[in-house]
Formats: sequence, structure tokens, C-alpha cells
Amino acid sequence: MTTTIDNPVMRPVTTVPVPTTTYLTPDGQLVSSVPVGASYSDDTPLDWGEPLVSGAVVLDEQLAPRASWSGVVRAGQVLTIVDVGGNQSGDCLLYNAQHTDERYSAQDTLAWQNSAYIRTGTVLRSNLGRALMTVVDNEIDRQDTIGGACSRESNTLRYGHHVMYHHGCRENFLTEGAKHGLGMRDIVSNINWFMNVPIEEDGALGIVDGMSAPGKRVALRAEIDTLVLISNCPQMNNPCNDFNPTPLRMIVSEPDTDLEYEADV
Amino acid sequence: MALAADHSTDTVLNARADARAQGGQVSDWMPYLPASTSPFCPEDVTADSLTWAETVAPGGYTHKVLARGTRLRLEDPTGEACAHTVLYNALEPAERLNVADTQKIPWQAYLGTGHPLLSGDGRVLATILTDTSGRHDAFCGTSTAAWNALRYGTALPEGPAPAGRDLFVKAAAKHGLGPADVPPSVSFFQGVRVAADGSFDWAGSSGAGTAVELVAELPLIVLIANVPHPRDPRPEYVVGPLRVHAWRTPETNPTTPADERFDASPEVRRAYLNTLDYAEARAL
Repeated sequence: MTTTIDNPVMRPVTTVPVPTTTYLTPDGQLVSSVPVGASYSDDTPLDWGEPLVSGAVVLDEQLAPRASWSGVVRAGQVLTIVDVGGNQSGDCLLYNAQHTDERYSAQDTLAWQNSAYIRTGTVLRSNLGRALMTVVDNEIDRQDTIGGACSRESNTLRYGHHVMYHHGCRENFLTEGAKHGLGMRDIVSNINWFMNVPIEEDGALGIVDGMSAPGKRVALRAEIDTLVLISNCPQMNNPCNDFNPTPLRMIVSEPDTDLEYEADV
Repeated sequence: MALAADHSTDTVLNARADARAQGGQVSDWMPYLPASTSPFCPEDVTADSLTWAETVAPGGYTHKVLARGTRLRLEDPTGEACAHTVLYNALEPAERLNVADTQKIPWQAYLGTGHPLLSGDGRVLATILTDTSGRHDAFCGTSTAAWNALRYGTALPEGPAPAGRDLFVKAAAKHGLGPADVPPSVSFFQGVRVAADGSFDWAGSSGAGTAVELVAELPLIVLIANVPHPRDPRPEYVVGPLRVHAWRTPETNPTTPADERFDASPEVRRAYLNTLDYAEARAL
């Protein structure tokens, strides 16, 4: 006996094209169906850069394309992020290292400074309105904190259900955050270093061609001990990384000079 | 000795009589129970279908769990309300409003009629069905104690200038949620616009008598804090009452493919598909 489910309300009629992928070689051998990870093209110019501020380097790590990173930047230390291959979005979340319920707030950061973009001098504020870090140097015009992170789920909205298998920044945040006891509830709107999201007069917004280039940097001074989570964006469907995910370099240094920008903590 | 001149509370019986005598009074800001007794039932709504009716005090907050398909109407009777709002999937509160996706996915930063309020999990929590204000905001969020202390010299939740975040934290706690569960929020009735250089221009309110109506696409925990927008330029803490009404009838379904808004854009269509998929699997 066959049962016909007739529920036109819940089952929209759609035409689903049959996937053309085959998992067998011409001689019938099964091949891996794991999608090959994005890696930057051979002719990509790479500029690994140097710290933006002078002083003793206390940490210097390379962050592979598509991978995640975390570290604690102590109060007074400066984190330099180098966009090694250019236009690589470094999706970033910040937490009070001692009390992670206090975390980066894009909305407080923007409301406090009365501007939609992050620029040199921007104080990156927490959900309690307090200063976590300050942008003390920055080599592109403006940095984004509106666009949010990509994820498997939001990719299905943006590009279609066929990209559900793609890795995303939210997944990187969850993986990296788990190392620090953080989970779903700890993921909030983030910063996208080196990503360009203009907001037009009528409210239209979108991720467009980046303003960065190989070796461009941003430097962040920690105002309190700050846990930094970075997802080196795996997104392969929008221009945030020029469809070519490249490495980032993370450098923490102890500045030996007074920096110009004072956070009004 | 009586503690107040008009009250006799020297014995338990007198205290009980005194307390009971206070019942049945009304104030300008209160819930109306049952909801059908609301003196402000929307014209196009049958009072018997109301499931939530309340006037939220200036500087106050409220919260409710709503069934999927419920209509939720927020009204600003004075032009001074500011409804800071957070939504959660009531079944799994780790799924909650995601302001970045709410702005990014529809390619539109300003909320208005037809705008989906998206979770971080690729689903629509609620859809804005109607909007006569057009001054909402998803950029600035609500106020913090630090901000209000700077702006108004005081920020205590029990004081004259409570901050929205503190009220959200109280409301969330009543659903077993902690401070980490309070995400970025949207505000209805007051907002900013982004100038060419990125700075915010204060748009404020569009005046008295506007309303916004939502439909719950999933079972929702709704938290609302009615406090001034953080960019309100006035030196005084100015906020008016907020009217809240929710109702449910056999006709108040969540969005289906039969609704025009289902196909409003490719992005929102896939978001509704994801929502229906989730709801069907959970037999909602």
C-alpha cells in the first residue's frame, strides 16, 4: 500500500535539478567525494609583513587559509593582523579573557562612535560598553563590522542549498571557541578585518570588492586582557577574499613607544 | 501604628484587607488579563483572539513566549516609544535573532514591511508584515549601563534612566537564559540612517500613532525593552509607553508558499524553506 502525502501548504512545488556529479571513475572505482579545500592559487602575491608598531614580539603565528586561530592579547600588548595575500577576510570576535560573558559588541562600538565603519582610532567595545581593544593603526580606509560571519546555514540563503557542504566562519568560531568553553550562545555579530561592506543611501548593503592588498595590516591594542578568535574566512562564493583564500599572520608585540590613540575606557 | 495614614495594617487581618483593597486598580502601564479585556484592542482584531495585551511602561520591559503563527503588533501611541527587541526560537534558544544576517541576507540594512528577522541558523524567526513607522534600527542596538551613565548620569535598572541591556538581562533570566544569551538587538520606532561618510544621522521617530506588525514563524521567546535609543540626541531620558498586542486565529498562520512574501526574493524564499523544513520535522 502506498501512502500519498498531500500537503500543498507545507510542500512548495519546486523543480530540483538532478546533480550531475559522479563518484565513480570511468573504470568503476569509487573516488573520494570530500570536496577539495580551497587553497590559494600558485601565482598569488604574498607579503607576510612586519608588526605595525615597534617593540618586542611575543607571539608570531601564521594562520592557514580557511583555518581558525585564537589567543589572549594581554592589556597593553598590540596585535598586528597581516592580510598576507590581500582581501582575505579575518572574521574576528573578542572576549574579556577573564569573563567571557563580556564580549565584542558591534552595535555598542558603532553607537558609541556614531559611525557605521571601523577606522583608525575606533574603540572596540563590549556588550557592557567597555573598551576591549583600540584600533591604533590601520592601512585600509575602513573595516567592516556590519556584514557578519558566513555559515553553512546563511550560505544556503545567499547562494542556494547546493553550498551547504561549504565550510563557514561560524563553524570556525564554534570550533575555536570550544577550546575556551564557548558555544553557540557566545557567537555574536563580529568584525571582518579587510572586508568591504558599503552601506548606500537607501540602506542597500553588500560585500563588494575589497580595498586591501597583500601585506596590508591593522593593529589593535588590548585595553584589557582580550581573548581573540579569528576565522580566516573560507567563503568561496563572494568577493571578500577574491575567491582565493590566503593566509593571515598574527603578531603580538609589546610596544616600546606610546601610541597615539587613547581609549576613553 | 499604621505605616501610612490611609492604611490600617496593624494586624494580619487588616494587612490582608488592605492589600486586597488595592486589587483591581488600573495604571497607565500594565498587562490586561485576560488579554481580551484590553482597552486598546486593535480595530481589525477580535478581542477574543488576543493572547497578549500590555502597555509597557517608559523605561520598562516585557517578555512572552508566543506560538508559531501568532501575530504581534507593537504600537507607539506617543511617538516616543522605542521597542528594543530580541527574539529566540523558544524550543532551542541558542537559535536567536542575528542582526548581521537580518541586514546582510536581504541586502538591506533598514527594516520595513516584508523584512525577515533572521536567526543565525538560516531561518526566519519573524516577518514584518506591516509598518507605518519606517524608523527602525539594526545598527546601534540598545543602551548599556556605561552609555546611560555617560549620557544621563545614572543607569540603574530601578532608577530613572535604565539601560536596555540590563532590562534584557532581567527578562532573559526569567527564561533561564544568562547574559551571554542576550545578542545584538533591533529597535522599532526610533533609528538612525547612515550618511555617505559612514556617520549616523539621527532619524528619530516618525511621530505618534505608528505600528509594526510581525508574524511568528517559529515558537518565539520575545524580549522587549522600552528605553531611549542610544543615539537619541536629547539630553533628557525621553521615552513613551509602548502598546503590545498579540493574537491568534485559525487564519493567523505562519508564512506559507501561498503567501506573496514567500517568494519576495530568492534569499527569503530559501529562508522560508529552511523554516518550513524545521517546523515540519518538529511537527510544529
